[in-house]
Amino acid sequence: MKEISFIIDGQKVRAQEGQTVLNAADDAGIFIPRLCNHPDLEPFGACRMCTVLINGKPQTACTHPASDGLEIQNDTPQLFNIRKSILDMLFIEGNHYCMFCEKSGFCELQALAYRFGITRPKFPYQYPRRTMDATHPDIFIDHDRCILCARCVRASRDVDHKHVFGFVGRGTAKKLAVSSAKGARDTNVSPDDKALSVCPVGTLMRKHVGYSVPIGKRLFDLMPIGSDIEEHVGKQGKE
Amino acid sequence: MAKPKLSTVFLGGCFGCHMSLLDIDERIIELVDIVEIYKSPLVDRKVFEERSDIGLIEGGCVTEENVEVLLALRDHCDFLISVGECAIMGDIPSLRNTIPLRECIEEAYLNTVSTWNPTHNIPNDPELPLLLNRVHPCHDIVKIDAAIPGCPPRSDALWEALQALLHNKPVQLPYEILKYD
Repeated sequence: MKEISFIIDGQKVRAQEGQTVLNAADDAGIFIPRLCNHPDLEPFGACRMCTVLINGKPQTACTHPASDGLEIQNDTPQLFNIRKSILDMLFIEGNHYCMFCEKSGFCELQALAYRFGITRPKFPYQYPRRTMDATHPDIFIDHDRCILCARCVRASRDVDHKHVFGFVGRGTAKKLAVSSAKGARDTNVSPDDKALSVCPVGTLMRKHVGYSVPIGKRLFDLMPIGSDIEEHVGKQGKE
Repeated sequence: MAKPKLSTVFLGGCFGCHMSLLDIDERIIELVDIVEIYKSPLVDRKVFEERSDIGLIEGGCVTEENVEVLLALRDHCDFLISVGECAIMGDIPSLRNTIPLRECIEEAYLNTVSTWNPTHNIPNDPELPLLLNRVHPCHDIVKIDAAIPGCPPRSDALWEALQALLHNKPVQLPYEILKYD
């Protein structure tokens, strides 16, 4: 595979042709924040958290192919503020009650808010009226927490090959839906599905296993999200 | 020189944030050595007669009285901090924000399975503070200068924030103690 090189924040990064900017940055130990992207799923470019400036233009790093000679800016005050605003908007558009969420400490939205030092959103809360689907004996779907990242939609379609999840509505009325009007109980979704394990927030949760890891030992309790990438400089490395 | 004054208020919450403040353990002795706890549920002063340097708010605005207390605190404090998720986002009390107030009250006083209410009246004594149509986070009502998230925030977070303010430093909480839950 052909080796290429490009610049991120003034640093030369070597990558393999065919990689996305996000994957190449990961391999080089540079963390670009992301929410809708997952290593086991096709890139989607929906959440815009991974927006970087590529040759001066805003592009999503998860979908942009890495190529020779790119000049990329990732760590700038402007991009930091844009990403922080995206997080702020996600918090006020849903009902994110961290204090009783079983995903707390493992939630990628919450972890990014920790990393960005958000203590309170700058926009007014919307308090949308959303529902919970607890019809399935082993799974519940809490729409309050959904950020419409489509990870479950893609995993159910491409990995589980079940097509359980999809979106309905548009704009602020857009919501996650399942493939039956009667709710999750009437679908073939299973607690072992990839769709459940890729949810970055507490929307798709397994019943009977709540709060299994004590506070202090959860994934993001001690180290910010992305630390694993920053600490691990892969074989590509940066120069 | 007079000690800086610290005031705290308790609005719509569970008193957990004040318990977290008390949970700084023996450091409370150090705290009262360097600040005067001026008006707080922990002391007995009823009204503000002097200004405070720092005001801590626990709880969101659930009733008309909460708003009055918050406005009084803003008027009498130089630096105001929302402490805990109720003050910052409304938290558990704000779960009613998507349900009409009348429906909430009827559920609480008339309709639940465990309700025993032979008169079938909804409490309406004038002494009772009037419920707002919806719960408001404190920054909906007044300007807030800083926030310490958590439900409740860790006592170390409160301690670090107070220490920073009392030494004229910015409030920057270490990653390990900045928690929402």
